[in-house]
Amino acid sequence: MSFARESLLVAAKDLRIEARSRVTLYQVLPFGVVVLLLFAFALDPDRGQLSRVAPGLFWVAVLLAALLAVSRAFAIEIDNGARDGLRLSGLDPAAIFVGKAAAVAAELVVLELVLGVGVFLLYDVELRSAGLLVVAALAATVGVAATGTLYGVLVAGLRARETLAPVLVLPVVTPVMLGATRAWEAGLDGAPSEGWPWVALLGLFALLYGALGTLVFGPLLEET
Amino acid sequence: MTHTADDANLLPRRVGAAVGLFALAALVVLAILGLAVAPPDDVQGDAQRLMYLHVPTAWLAYLAFGVTALGSALYLWPRTRSNVWDRLAGASAELGVVFTALTLVLGSLWGRPVWGIWWAWDARLVSTAVLFFLYLGYLALRRIPGAGREQRCAIAALVAFVDVPIVHFSVEWWRTLHQEGTVFNEELSAQIEGVMAFTLVWAVVAFTAVYVFFLDRRYRLLSLEEEDERQALEQAIADRIAEGRGRADAVGAGVGS
Repeated sequence: MSFARESLLVAAKDLRIEARSRVTLYQVLPFGVVVLLLFAFALDPDRGQLSRVAPGLFWVAVLLAALLAVSRAFAIEIDNGARDGLRLSGLDPAAIFVGKAAAVAAELVVLELVLGVGVFLLYDVELRSAGLLVVAALAATVGVAATGTLYGVLVAGLRARETLAPVLVLPVVTPVMLGATRAWEAGLDGAPSEGWPWVALLGLFALLYGALGTLVFGPLLEET
Repeated sequence: MTHTADDANLLPRRVGAAVGLFALAALVVLAILGLAVAPPDDVQGDAQRLMYLHVPTAWLAYLAFGVTALGSALYLWPRTRSNVWDRLAGASAELGVVFTALTLVLGSLWGRPVWGIWWAWDARLVSTAVLFFLYLGYLALRRIPGAGREQRCAIAALVAFVDVPIVHFSVEWWRTLHQEGTVFNEELSAQIEGVMAFTLVWAVVAFTAVYVFFLDRRYRLLSLEEEDERQALEQAIADRIAEGRGRADAVGAGVGS
C-alpha cells in the first residue's frame, strides 16, 4: 500500500468514528462557539472592541478547541486495545501520523468555518481579502494539527495527560497564534500585502512540525 | 536502564566540591565588585548594578537549554544512548528554568526604576517568557513515570528546542512591525568598559561555576533516585518470591500433618 493510501485509511477511520460518535459535532464545536460568546461577554460589544480584536479571539477559540480535538483523537485509540491494533496493523507509523493529523485538521477546518461565520455574525467585522484568510487558516490548521498530534501521542497513555497536553502544546504553537492573528488582521481590516509574510511563517511551521511528527511518531507509538 | 557505579556522578566528588567552593567565593567577590568597586552608571545610577545578575542569568539559561538539547540528542543517538545523557538533560533543564525565571524577575526589577514599568511587550521579554513555559512543560513531562520515559522526554526536549528560534523570530517580527523602536534603545545601552566590563565578565564566570556546581548536584540526585527506585523494585520482587515460598511451605506442612 502506498504512503498516501495508508494515511488516507487512518484519516478515514478517525473521521468515520467522529461521524458516528458525533463527539466533535456535539461537544468540540459548541465549546468553540461558547468561547466566542464568552469573549463578547468579557469585552463590551458596543464599543467596537470586538471587531478590532476579532482575529485574536477567533484564533484563541480555535486553539482551545483544537486541544479538545487532539485529546479526542487519542482517546478513541484507548478502548478495545485500538492502539495495539494500530501498532500491529503494519501501517507505516509516519502514515499513521499524517492520517491522524489530517483527520484533526479536517475537524478543525469545519470548526473554523463555523467559528468564522460566528465571528462575522457576532463581532461585526469587514472582509478585505478572503483568499488571505483562507490560505492563512489552512497553513495554521496544518501546523496546529501536526503539533497537536505529535504531542498527543507523546502524552497518550500517561497519567495526567489531559492537563499535560495543553501546557506542552500551547507554548509551542505561539508562532502559529501570532502568525495567524496577524495574517487575519491584515485580511480583515489592514493591508492584505502585510499578511502574506505571516502566511509564509505559518507554512514553514506546518512543514517543520509535519516533518518532525513523521520522524518521531513511530518510536513514540511503540512505547505507549 | 544501565546503571554502573562510575556514572552515578557527573564530576568526581572532589572536583564538584571544589567547583562549589569556587562558586561561593566568586559570588562573594562579585558582590563586592558589583556593589562597591564598580561605579554607578552615569544614566541609570545604582539600578544598573542589576546588570551583573541579569546578564549572567540570561546567558546561563541559554547555556542550560543548549546542554539539555545536546544531552537529549546524545540519548536518542543509538551509539551514545545512556541514562547519563538523560540525567544531564533533566538536571540542566531544571537549572535553565530557574535561570530563566531569575532573568525575568531581575529584568522586571531593573525595568521598574529605569523604564518605569515592570513589563514591556518587547520581543526579547516575550520570547524569554515563552521559553520559560516551553521548558516548564518539559519538566512537567519528566515527572510522569512510565515505560520509555527517557526517550519520550528526549524527543520532547528536541521538539521544544526546534521551536525556540521560530518563537524568537516570530515575536521579533511581531513587535518590530507594530512598535516604533523598543524600550531597549541605543542611549540606554551605552558602551561599558573598565571596572564595569570586568565585573560583568566576572559575574558570568561566577554564575557559570554556580551552574556547574548545581548541575553536578542535581545529576547526582537524579542518579540516586534511579538507584532508589531500582532497589525498591528488587526488594518488592524478593518479598513476593519469599511470600510465595512461605505459602508453599505452609501448604506443604498442612499436607504433612
